[in-house]
Amino acid sequence: MVIERRWKKWVYFYIPLTLFVIGTLFPFYWMVITAIRPDAELYRSWRAVNNAPFWTLSPTLEHFRDLLAKTTFPYWLWNTFFIAVVSTGISLFCGLLAGYALARLKFPMAGTLGTSIFVTYLVPPTLLFIPLADIIRSFQLGNTPWALILTYPTFLIPFCTWLLMGYFKTIPKELEECARIDGATRFGAMIRIIFPIAVPGILSAGIFAFTLSWNEFIYALVFLSSPERKTVPVGVVSEMIRGDIYFWGQLMAGALLGSIPVALVYSFFVEYYVTGLTGSVKG
Amino acid sequence: MKKIIAGGSTDATGLQVALPRAQAAGGRSTRFLESEGLLAGLLLAPTILLLGVFIAYPFIMGVWLSLSNTSVGNPGEFVGLRNFVKAWDDSIFQTAFRNTFYYTFFATVLKLALGMWLALLLNRHFRGKRIIRASMLLPFIIPTVLSTFAWRWMFDPTFSVLNWLLYRTGLIVTKIPFLSDGDYGMWCAIVVNTWRGMPFFAITLLAGLQTISPDLQEAASLDGANGWQRFWRVTWPLLKPVTLVVVVFSIIQTFSDFQLIYVLTGGGPANSTHLLATYAYQVGVATGLLGEGAAISLFMLPVLFIVVWVQLRYLRRLEGA
Repeated sequence: MVIERRWKKWVYFYIPLTLFVIGTLFPFYWMVITAIRPDAELYRSWRAVNNAPFWTLSPTLEHFRDLLAKTTFPYWLWNTFFIAVVSTGISLFCGLLAGYALARLKFPMAGTLGTSIFVTYLVPPTLLFIPLADIIRSFQLGNTPWALILTYPTFLIPFCTWLLMGYFKTIPKELEECARIDGATRFGAMIRIIFPIAVPGILSAGIFAFTLSWNEFIYALVFLSSPERKTVPVGVVSEMIRGDIYFWGQLMAGALLGSIPVALVYSFFVEYYVTGLTGSVKG
Repeated sequence: MKKIIAGGSTDATGLQVALPRAQAAGGRSTRFLESEGLLAGLLLAPTILLLGVFIAYPFIMGVWLSLSNTSVGNPGEFVGLRNFVKAWDDSIFQTAFRNTFYYTFFATVLKLALGMWLALLLNRHFRGKRIIRASMLLPFIIPTVLSTFAWRWMFDPTFSVLNWLLYRTGLIVTKIPFLSDGDYGMWCAIVVNTWRGMPFFAITLLAGLQTISPDLQEAASLDGANGWQRFWRVTWPLLKPVTLVVVVFSIIQTFSDFQLIYVLTGGGPANSTHLLATYAYQVGVATGLLGEGAAISLFMLPVLFIVVWVQLRYLRRLEGA
């Protein structure tokens, strides 16, 4: 160990780390405090003498009540959840099969295909949303959850494939060969030997894909139009600002409730998420 | 091993496991899957179909749209490069184009510097490390739109808590026009983008740091290297490969960013904070000029192409080595 003096440890370690923690978490604290603060306290000028922005003595749930009663927020939550789960499922299915094929099988054009799947991973949705909107319209999918369930896999599959391909490569070939000597078909060995071993990788890919689809915005903004069909991010942006007026209490309550499901999933699977995150770039 | 497989053969007639004779007799349905090429084709089919229909096709369609004067409800006809020329002469487009580079450059530099610093801090042993590391990733997993609203509220012209803080601590005498001024607005967006993306850098770099043996630091330290030299001569060279990959990903995401600006400033005031993506949305979707919008978003392509090409070349070199 490299030995350090005590004051040095404060200057080089504790103080910077504390600043990072405060900077990272303050906006979330601000979300919470705004969501439970009554309107009368919320809209005090920044210079007002009686302004005590960091706490409130009269917390209220009125904003949450309004949010659930006056908007279609519960629908948005369900839509987001449904779309995220189904598109994650589709992407995992495709990614598993494709990842296995690219990692294990020898066939012509394997390299080219692998590269092109990787390249699609790097094509951002903002490059494609205008023509896609046209295509969705001509497939009669506009304003249905299927518009998103079918398009989200375009950025989830490449990432799942990439991650799982890396994972499959770490599984020794001998395992499969043993099974095949015992008479298993290649397909059987894949399903019964390789996939069960890959469960941690599948979980990582799934968690990461779920958070990505929960987060998606531009496709949902362009493809959905009726209020009760929207996802949380789009609903909050387009339905909760009436005219030019921002109802900050309600907005922050919505932001908070919309973040909780994904934060929960994350907190249960932090390690898998981190593996997915680091694996998503390294492959 | 044998037991598991033998047990597996009792169900599923399609999967002839552990019984070589049965396999030779029947199972035509699975035998053709022994051909690697065929099996690969079958396994890759769903992926190729989905990516073909929803990436390759829209891409080609986008190129066609950009060469036509299509708008909503009007099929349009071929107009050559007119949309590109028109965009290039448009002053809002020029601002958006410049902003996109400015935003990407400063946000990426800040994310890399702060992310590296945080990774080095988190690489040490201290109490509560797991929970701090986990909470540091929160900005990255919470939907960007929702957290950007919190920032927008913090930057509010009348009720900004940041103005209150700076005023009370005596750092300012009059409020800062965070989002009501184009230059400040751009920097606010850079700050929020940095806040959101920095954890991704930190955690990925941390994963890279953890593969570096502490013995190297120890050895350098014995040779009399100070902290900065240890980082610059030992850690950084070993971390370069991971860094390059992370930076490439971040450049692509930042360069094509949409949601942050859309929520924070909406491109305003007076169209001064547009990025290519938000301006393409305004022209293509809000105004309905699909052809011009598609052309504006295609201006992103050359930069993305170069970045992806660098990345691919780098990956090749790694595989070759």
